[in-house]
Amino acid sequence: MNNLIKGEKHDWEMVIGLEIHAQVKSNSKLFSSSSTKFGSSPNSQVSLVDAAMPGMLPVINKYCVEQAVKTGVGLNAKINNYSVFDRKNYFYADLPQGYQISQYKYPIVGEGKVTIDFKDGTSKDIRIVRLHLEQDAGKSLHDQNPSKTYVDLNRSGVALMEIVSEPDIRTPDEAGMYISKIRSILMYLDTCDGNMQEGSLRADVNISVRKPGDEYGTRCEIKNLNSIKFIKQAINYEAKRQIEILESGGSIEQNTMLFNTSTGKTRPMRNKEEAHDYRYFPDPDLLPLKISKEEIGKIKSSIPELPDELKNKFIETYKLSNYDASVLTAEKQTSDYFNETINSDSELKNHAKIVVNWITSELFSLLNKNNQDLINSPVSPENLGQLIKLISTNEISGKIAKDVLEEMFSSGKTARKIVDEKGLQQVTDQGEIAKVIDEVIAENPKMVEQYLAGKDKLLGFFVGQAMKLTKGKANPKMLNDILKQKLNKKN
Amino acid sequence: MKIDKNTINKIARLSRIKLDDKESEDYIKDLNSILDWVEQLNEVNTENVEPLSNISSSILPKREDVSNDTNSSEEILENAPDKLEGFFAVPKVVE
Repeated sequence: MNNLIKGEKHDWEMVIGLEIHAQVKSNSKLFSSSSTKFGSSPNSQVSLVDAAMPGMLPVINKYCVEQAVKTGVGLNAKINNYSVFDRKNYFYADLPQGYQISQYKYPIVGEGKVTIDFKDGTSKDIRIVRLHLEQDAGKSLHDQNPSKTYVDLNRSGVALMEIVSEPDIRTPDEAGMYISKIRSILMYLDTCDGNMQEGSLRADVNISVRKPGDEYGTRCEIKNLNSIKFIKQAINYEAKRQIEILESGGSIEQNTMLFNTSTGKTRPMRNKEEAHDYRYFPDPDLLPLKISKEEIGKIKSSIPELPDELKNKFIETYKLSNYDASVLTAEKQTSDYFNETINSDSELKNHAKIVVNWITSELFSLLNKNNQDLINSPVSPENLGQLIKLISTNEISGKIAKDVLEEMFSSGKTARKIVDEKGLQQVTDQGEIAKVIDEVIAENPKMVEQYLAGKDKLLGFFVGQAMKLTKGKANPKMLNDILKQKLNKKN
Repeated sequence: MKIDKNTINKIARLSRIKLDDKESEDYIKDLNSILDWVEQLNEVNTENVEPLSNISSSILPKREDVSNDTNSSEEILENAPDKLEGFFAVPKVVE
């Protein structure tokens, strides 16, 4: 695979690392009992702790700690028995404490890795440096008033897991696959709702470029990207910008950038050197967090089957390709749907690949077209299973099955019912098919002559004519075989 | 370690405190004498000793994940110098 960008003098390679912020799916905040519900009226979910009133003390949410450990296990990472909360100091209007409680030197989760799978069947490991717990800040609205910024503290103090990767990513696509994989793991674990639109999952992207084989170049950090599309766009733009500077003899200044989603451009946010003197120190209000081996063991035993395990199981049980299995397991609702479909009839286990295709191409495209989600699919797994069985037993052709699926989708009827009502059963009677073919041959003597003279392409024409006469119901394989037989006999 | 004019200006800026020349001089003197005093600790051999983040031996107390559903808006905004429709209003922060 070629991951390089063509430059004027030589090729360039991108070096990318991601810091993903995943909101813990909890009822209350990390250090206070305020609700975490999204979309509530401004400042309605702010305790005196969240507003940093004098004398208030943080008390940690046990559930959030467990979710961080669970996520660490899901990332194949080392869980630290001992971690420390630090204060990260900076001034901003939506940060009432004047510091964010985070973890610096001793994070709750250490090194781990996740695997991303490519279409060509290969895969790659992306190493995780750490995962730590921290508070989210409030929300600032800058564009409502020319001279004011409005601040809503509802998000202030909500628990975040920051997941930091090594700079192992080399292309925008890999970055997208990596965040999708993290999202998938979080959603299987149910530790984060994965909703990027609502900001439950967002990423900062660190990117630099280099001549392949050289040391890492100076990097820039693009802040707060909340969609995979924007992540890819921002990386592409930023890489191009850096290459242009380097090729014209300049050097990259380490900077924090913002991505403008409407122009697709990045621009520097503030001077990093000054802004990044966070003066971390251990938070005197919080004791170190100790987790016993027993507690970790208990959390480990509660972990559900994760996408990679499920993927390997699918490959082994159903002989699926690595890529098919990874598409199926990317989202829990897809793997659940597949499981239910394939288990709805014992016959289907031998047609796993067909089941995959019907889910990931036919059903998905119908859902997309109708702006619907698999979870509310009008076609139940059992009904899709029934349809696939009709195909695998040759009762209907694949082509007709597509129409049947569309009708199942819009009417909610079962496949069986639609096929029976409309008489869509495939014609598999040799004699009947032969009769139709004779008719087609008799009606098109000129075409037959041309075909016999070597114009092989005309076979398709005869097939088409015969299909038309049977209203698409002839078994295609039988039709082809008999047609060839008959035509060759004429020779 | 010695605190000089540049360092004191930087600390003041990070703390959002405005110092005049006289005050800077005073703080340089004060902070240096504090640092000199603390520096005596360097005489202790701390090799292979992990930094201590807390001297208490008690265990971090934890809460159950229960949220209270009271609407805090009125109480929280009570002391705000300026507000609008439930938001705090602050001088424009432009990035």
